[in-house]
Amino acid sequence: MTRQLLTGNEAAAWGARLAGVDYVPSFPITPQTEIIDTLSRWIDRGEMDARLVTLESEHSMLTAAGTAAATGVRVFTATSSQGLLYGMEMLYTLPGWRVPLVLVNVSRALSAPITLEPDHNDVLAARDSGFLQFHASTCQEVLDGILLSYRLAEDRRVRLPVLVNLDGFYLSFTREPVELPRPESIAEFLPPFDAGALNFGGGAPRAQGVAVLGGDTYSFFRYQTHLAATHALDVFAEAAEDFKARFGRDLSPVECHGCEDAEFVFVMIGAFSGKARAAVDRLRHEGWKIGLVRPRLLRPFPEAQLVEALAGRRAVAVIDQNLAPGRGGILHAEVRAALYHTQWPRPPVLGFIGGLGGRDIPYAEFRAIAETMRETAETGHEPPPRLLYTGEELQRFHALRTVAGAPMDNEGEGEGDWNTADGPAAGHGSSDDPATGTSNPEDAPAKPHLETPHG
Amino acid sequence: MAETTQTPPGSPKDTAFRRMKDLPDAHLMGPGTPMCAGCGGLETVRLFQEILGTRTVFVNAAGCMTLLSSYPHTPFSGSWFYTAMASAPAGAQGVRDALDLRLARGEMVMEEDQHVVVLTGDGSAGGIGLSSTSGAIERGLDFIYLCYDNEGYGNTGHQSSASTPLGASTATAHGPAGWGGQKKDLFALWAAHNPPFVATLSPAEPVDMARKLETALTLSGPRLFITQAPCPTGWHFEPRETVHIAQLAVKTGLWPLKTFQDGRIEHTKFPQPKGKRPPVEEYLRAQGRFAHLFAPKRQEDVLEKIQQDVDAYWERAASAA
Repeated sequence: MTRQLLTGNEAAAWGARLAGVDYVPSFPITPQTEIIDTLSRWIDRGEMDARLVTLESEHSMLTAAGTAAATGVRVFTATSSQGLLYGMEMLYTLPGWRVPLVLVNVSRALSAPITLEPDHNDVLAARDSGFLQFHASTCQEVLDGILLSYRLAEDRRVRLPVLVNLDGFYLSFTREPVELPRPESIAEFLPPFDAGALNFGGGAPRAQGVAVLGGDTYSFFRYQTHLAATHALDVFAEAAEDFKARFGRDLSPVECHGCEDAEFVFVMIGAFSGKARAAVDRLRHEGWKIGLVRPRLLRPFPEAQLVEALAGRRAVAVIDQNLAPGRGGILHAEVRAALYHTQWPRPPVLGFIGGLGGRDIPYAEFRAIAETMRETAETGHEPPPRLLYTGEELQRFHALRTVAGAPMDNEGEGEGDWNTADGPAAGHGSSDDPATGTSNPEDAPAKPHLETPHG
Repeated sequence: MAETTQTPPGSPKDTAFRRMKDLPDAHLMGPGTPMCAGCGGLETVRLFQEILGTRTVFVNAAGCMTLLSSYPHTPFSGSWFYTAMASAPAGAQGVRDALDLRLARGEMVMEEDQHVVVLTGDGSAGGIGLSSTSGAIERGLDFIYLCYDNEGYGNTGHQSSASTPLGASTATAHGPAGWGGQKKDLFALWAAHNPPFVATLSPAEPVDMARKLETALTLSGPRLFITQAPCPTGWHFEPRETVHIAQLAVKTGLWPLKTFQDGRIEHTKFPQPKGKRPPVEEYLRAQGRFAHLFAPKRQEDVLEKIQQDVDAYWERAASAA
C-alpha cells in the first residue's frame, strides 16, 4: 500500500485504474475533467492498459458506455451536473440493459442560474434512474467507493450500474492523503470482469435492448431491476465487510459519528458532512450529546440501518444540499418516510437547505441547527423546512442587484426574480428573497438567519 | 432503357453481383415482421442482412424499424441492439471498441468478429442523431450506417422531418403547397466529413445496392448509405407500388444513385437526358402526399421548382463528370 496526496478527481482516476477498467468513454465538463485528463495521460504513456474515447456529448458517452459493457468489457465513465442531465435518457436506459459499469459524478449545481460550484441537485435527479448510488465524503472514499462499486455492480445478484458521487471543488480539487491498495490485493477483492450473458462476440446472435409490447412484459423487466437493486443491500454489506477485512477501512452503508449517546443528530451526505463532523466534535466538546449520521449508499436506500441510527434521538436535522422547489429537501422527505413505520416514539425530523451552489455551511449554522433541534425537542413545535441564508449574504445580494441595475425594492412583491444583469432595462420590481421578512443587515454573520421564507 | 449502369469506383473488378440472379437468397431475415406491407426500407435491410451475413450487429435508433425486434422475437439471424433516437452511432462506437478490445486480448477470435451496422430512419439521421453521426465519422469509427429515408417521421404518423421534400403533405404540413422546406442533403453532409465511402441506394436497384455494399466491405472506417424507402402509409400509395415508385424516383432523376469515394462523387446510374426522361410529375402523381399539387388547384410554382431543381442537379452532374 502506498500513500499519496491526491485530489478527489485523481482518486477517481486511480479507482478506475486499479479496478482494471478496459474502456473509458468520456466527455469533458468542469469539475470532472481532471479525471479523464489523468486517465488519458496514463493510457497514452502506456501506464494503463485501456482505451479512452471522447464522444461528442454525455448522451453519446453514456450510450457508448452501455453498449461497450453489453459487449463484454469493464467500463468506467465520469461526468458532472449539466452533463449528467444531458445524458439522462441513457441514465435510465442503462440499468434496463443491466450493464454493470461505474459512472462517477462530480456534483455541481444545476442551471439556471448556471454555475460551476457544487450541490446535489444533479445527482439526486438521477436518484430513481436505476443506477445504484454511492456518496463519497473523502478522497479516500472516492477510490474505495469505485472499487466497491465494481464488485457490487458485477455481482450476479445485482448486475446494475453504479454511480459514485463526489462533490465538485470541495473534493474534486482538494488534496487529501489517499492510500492506494496493492493491485494484487485488489485482484482478490475484485475478480476479472465476467461478461456473463453480455456478449455480442460469442458467435451466437442476440438481440438486446429490444422493444416490448404490453405492460405485463414491461412490468416484469422493471420489477427485475427493482429486485436486483434490493439485493444490492445485502451484496453491498457483504462487499463492505470483505473490503474492511482486506483494507481496514469501513464502508458500511450508513456511517455514524459521535452517535453512541447522541440526543440530537445531523443527517448529511457528501463532502460537507466533513463540516458536520467537525461541528459535532466541537459541540460535543461544549457538552452537547450530538452526532452525525451519514448515508454512503442512497440507492438502494439503506432504510434499516438508517432507522437504527436514528432510533431514540430527541431530534434529527436533515441538511439537504439540494432544493426540490415546492417541496423542500429531497433527503428530508426520504428520511421522514423511512421513520414512518417505526414503533418507538418518532423524533421530530427537521429540514434545512444549505450549501447550494457551493455556499458554505459554517460552524455557527450547525450550532444554530443544534439549538433548533433542542428547542423543538423541548417545545414539541416542529418548524417547517428552513433555508440557510444570512443577513450579511442578503446585504451582499442587495449590492449585486444595484450593480445589475435593479436595486432592491423591499416593497415590491409578486414578480419573478430573474438573475438579469443587462442594465437599467432589468429594473422590474423586486420580489421575495429567500430571507425576506426579518432580513436585517444588523444580523451578524456569525448569527445565521434561520427564518422560514414568508414565515 | 438507355440508362447506363456503372460499377462503383473501387469495387472489385470481379464483382459477385452482375445480375439479379447473383444476389444471395439465404433468407437470413425472417418473414412476418411488424413493418407495414410494402415497406421500401425493409427491402434494403433484407439485402444488407443477406450480404453482411449473420455476424452482424444492427445498432438501431428509434424509428419504424425499432419494432423489428420485439421481445421475444427478432427477424434477424444476426444481432440487434436498440439504443435511443439520438445516439445509435455512439452505440456502435461502444460495440466496435469493445469488440476490438476483446479481439486484441484474445478473448474472441476474428471468426467471431461482427459487422457493426447503424440502422436509423431519416428523422434520426438528419436531425436528433446528426451530431452523434458526425462524431462517429470524425473519429473514423469502423462501421456501416444505413439510413432508410422515408422522408418523414414515419412511425409517429409521418410528420415533416429534415428529409421531407418540397411540396409533400405530411401530418404537420397540410397547406395547399405542402411542406415548404427543402430536403436536407444528408449525402453531402456526410461526404463533407470525407469518410471512405458514402452511397445512395434504391430498393428498385438491388444489383446496384449489392455492388455498393460489396465495395464498402473492401474498405474500413465509416461507410454510409442512404436508401430511398418508399412508404405506403406515409406517402399514400398501394403497397404493391413500392418498387414502381422507387423506379420512378430514379428514372425522373429525383433520386440520384451515387457514391462518394476518395473525395469524388460518381453517379452509378444516369437518368435519360432532359426532355427524354419522364417529368417529375409522373413520380409525384403516383403518390397521395403530392395530390394537393394537382387538385383542386394546380400548384404550378411548386411543380416547376421541383422539376427545375432536378434538371439543375443533373446539369451540374453532367458538367462535373
